Amino acid sequence: MYKLLRKISNSQLIIPIFALFLLVIFNLIRDPAFFSISVIRNNYGNMVLSGNIVSILNGASELAVLAIAMTMVTSATKGQDISVGALAAIAGSIFVKILRTNVISVQVILIAFIAACIVAILFALFTGALVSFFNIQPMIASLILFTAGRPIAYWINGGATPNVKNPLLTYVGSFIPGISIPTPIIIVIIFGIIVSLILRFTNLGLYTQAVGINEKAAGLNGINTVKIKLLTFMILGICAAIAGSINVCRIGLINHETILIDIEMDAILAVAIGGNSLGGGKFKLAGSVFGAYIIQALTITLYAMKIPSTAVKAYKAIIIIAIVVLGSPVVQRYALQFRNRILGKKTIIVEETN
Amino acid sequence: MNNDIVLSMRGISKVFPGVNALQDVDFTLCKGEIHALMGENGAGKSTLVKVLTGVYQKDSGSISVDGSNEISIKSPQEAQSLGISTVYQEITLCPNLTVAENMFIGRGKYHFVNWRDQEKKANEILKKLNIPTTAKRQLGTCSLAVQQMVAIARAVDMECKILILDEPTSSLNENEVELLFSLMRDLKKRNVGIVFITHFLEQVYAICDRITVLRNGELIGEYEVKELPRVELISKMIGKKFEGISELKNTKNKQINQNAPIVYEASGLSSTGGIKPFDFKIHKGEINGFTGLLGSGRSESVRAIFGADRVLGGKVKLNGKQVKITKPRDAMENGIGYLPEDRKLDGIIADLSVRENIILALQVLKGFFRPFSKKEAESFAKKYIKLLGIRTASADTPIKSLSGGNQQKAILARWLLTNPKYLILDEPTRGIDVGTKFEIQKLVLALAEQGRSITFISSEIDEMLNTCSRIIVMRDRKIVGEMRGEEMTQSNIMHTIAGEAK
Repeated sequence: MYKLLRKISNSQLIIPIFALFLLVIFNLIRDPAFFSISVIRNNYGNMVLSGNIVSILNGASELAVLAIAMTMVTSATKGQDISVGALAAIAGSIFVKILRTNVISVQVILIAFIAACIVAILFALFTGALVSFFNIQPMIASLILFTAGRPIAYWINGGATPNVKNPLLTYVGSFIPGISIPTPIIIVIIFGIIVSLILRFTNLGLYTQAVGINEKAAGLNGINTVKIKLLTFMILGICAAIAGSINVCRIGLINHETILIDIEMDAILAVAIGGNSLGGGKFKLAGSVFGAYIIQALTITLYAMKIPSTAVKAYKAIIIIAIVVLGSPVVQRYALQFRNRILGKKTIIVEETN
Repeated sequence: MNNDIVLSMRGISKVFPGVNALQDVDFTLCKGEIHALMGENGAGKSTLVKVLTGVYQKDSGSISVDGSNEISIKSPQEAQSLGISTVYQEITLCPNLTVAENMFIGRGKYHFVNWRDQEKKANEILKKLNIPTTAKRQLGTCSLAVQQMVAIARAVDMECKILILDEPTSSLNENEVELLFSLMRDLKKRNVGIVFITHFLEQVYAICDRITVLRNGELIGEYEVKELPRVELISKMIGKKFEGISELKNTKNKQINQNAPIVYEASGLSSTGGIKPFDFKIHKGEINGFTGLLGSGRSESVRAIFGADRVLGGKVKLNGKQVKITKPRDAMENGIGYLPEDRKLDGIIADLSVRENIILALQVLKGFFRPFSKKEAESFAKKYIKLLGIRTASADTPIKSLSGGNQQKAILARWLLTNPKYLILDEPTRGIDVGTKFEIQKLVLALAEQGRSITFISSEIDEMLNTCSRIIVMRDRKIVGEMRGEEMTQSNIMHTIAGEAK
């Protein structure tokens, strides 16, 4: 117990865990029924899980995927890509375009998704090239696509907001018959497993962090820093394509103006709440994913409190201030002192030497 | 004599959780003296200075400044108002502001600034202290030494009685050090007490009056410089009679075997680092050195060998076979290792663990898709932590929390792990304590004994004389001399660097 407590309090996950804990307590007091999960019959006649927890997990799917990408880009380039929403709009538009010009089948959906991936990767690489070859700040470089992305998405589908209706797509966007867990949740789980396998069986994590912490030293150790940065942008492209495609399937149409609007800010916030430095370097993907779910839990809680949707953002902002302040170095230092007093002081402060 | 004492610290103790950083330390500084504070990394120099400047609070002991009663210093601002100023190794001014702005920033009692007045005053001070710059110049465009001097001028102008210089010379070349010294002598005449912290022994003997030695947080003693020979100073700092020195000296006579195969040979090598095309070769088991002033091209040449700067031209042969080395990866694959000059900027990956820092180069060689298992990595790290005696809490500790010498050892471990045939060490002993310096020199000799070729660069010519069997002298980005065996003497090298015929 003592060891566990120490381990948890040492982990950078302490802030998101704490924030989630507060949210849970708050909701328990407010309305214990908040956490109830029921099985209901949906419009298609499937028995499916329903409840706030399910909507949190389901609704955060796109954000969780994008938070992973944002973490990687942040780590390697010491900056953020603010064009992920626009990129997802482009990818979603390509996805819809191909679906609409073919008879929808599983193969066509796969082809459409792969095409969306390729296009999104190309656009992300454009930003990536600006960052890694020309050393442009990621935020500035991605400002281009942030501005131009949605107009490009508009152009892809000729300006309309076309819908795509097909049972196969609702399988992706909501439920597969016979499975009572929403498909986006399953997709995120599978994607999470793939990413952790990649991190486990390649040096992606080590190289990305090395490049983000000390680019010159990484280069002198034979790491191709340009390639690593481009690689993180490729991952960003894939993630944007996944998020865009899920969202299209979920809603059944694409509106280039509103699809995943402002999600880049939530993705950046998820990275920060997860205890990752926005200055790049060391990262923990689990933290960012955690952050994504906390943001969604917050939104759902506010909706459950019947707060008008126009005011939700203001409430969100207040709570975000609290989380960010909690995670700030100043508060962290106090927390550390407090912890040492309670758990006994065993940490050795290494004297900074000249 | 007693009236001359400007600072007296008595029985200072400071405990960090688990470490006695300072134990009952006394320190006395007189007016108009330059007092060296010596000790290895972790001896407590920084802690003592930080207690004095209010960064840390002492646990016990007393401090009195300028004959006053016992005082306690609670913050750096308070220290400053008592006339205690500190100039750190890293310049803590704003390079994008002008010299005058830097000198007066954050000091005005008023909200309005009279720019013309300020400029005039700044120029007066600069002139008074013989600092070769003007008030209007942007600080970033001045040389490091001048920036350092501006920092001192700022401190001095704040009516300081006590000036603490924490390794001010570590990034300066010889001329710049001389400039700084003349400023220090000037201040000495003005009755300022100066505490001087440095790793360079010659500098201590060149300018200091007295020495206080600390070891492991304890006071070893206070000595007149004249009465303490260097060897004795070193043994006081590291706590044992150092047997290694004589051991090292003997190697000078060792001749390299000219028949040994040539490991690396370059002709007409040039790079974007701005080095004139040069030829260079090194035999198996040979230790050679590059020397010259900072900016002479010694670092740039080894960077070209490793491909750290973009290689523009030249032919390279390894073991007689022609190869192409244009980037670090090429060099590494050909068995070349390179420990860069600036440990913090080019060497360590600060936030990563000691383990990750040690395995990095070998991991890159092994490939992106073949990461070491945690167990393998751990065993590599453990082996080298033990072999080189790296002092760290664990292999998981972030490397940034290690002392400079131990960081350097970890970087050395990184390259030893790749089992290089040819190892380039650019200033491996810079900014680290004397004990580790000798350890590294001994290690270099041992590595050569194993048949590795080594290029060893150091700003301390003594170290090069101890280890190298051949020294290449550079000036103005080209090779101006090469000496071996008996020709290698301090004065010979100095004369070649200076460009005078002997």
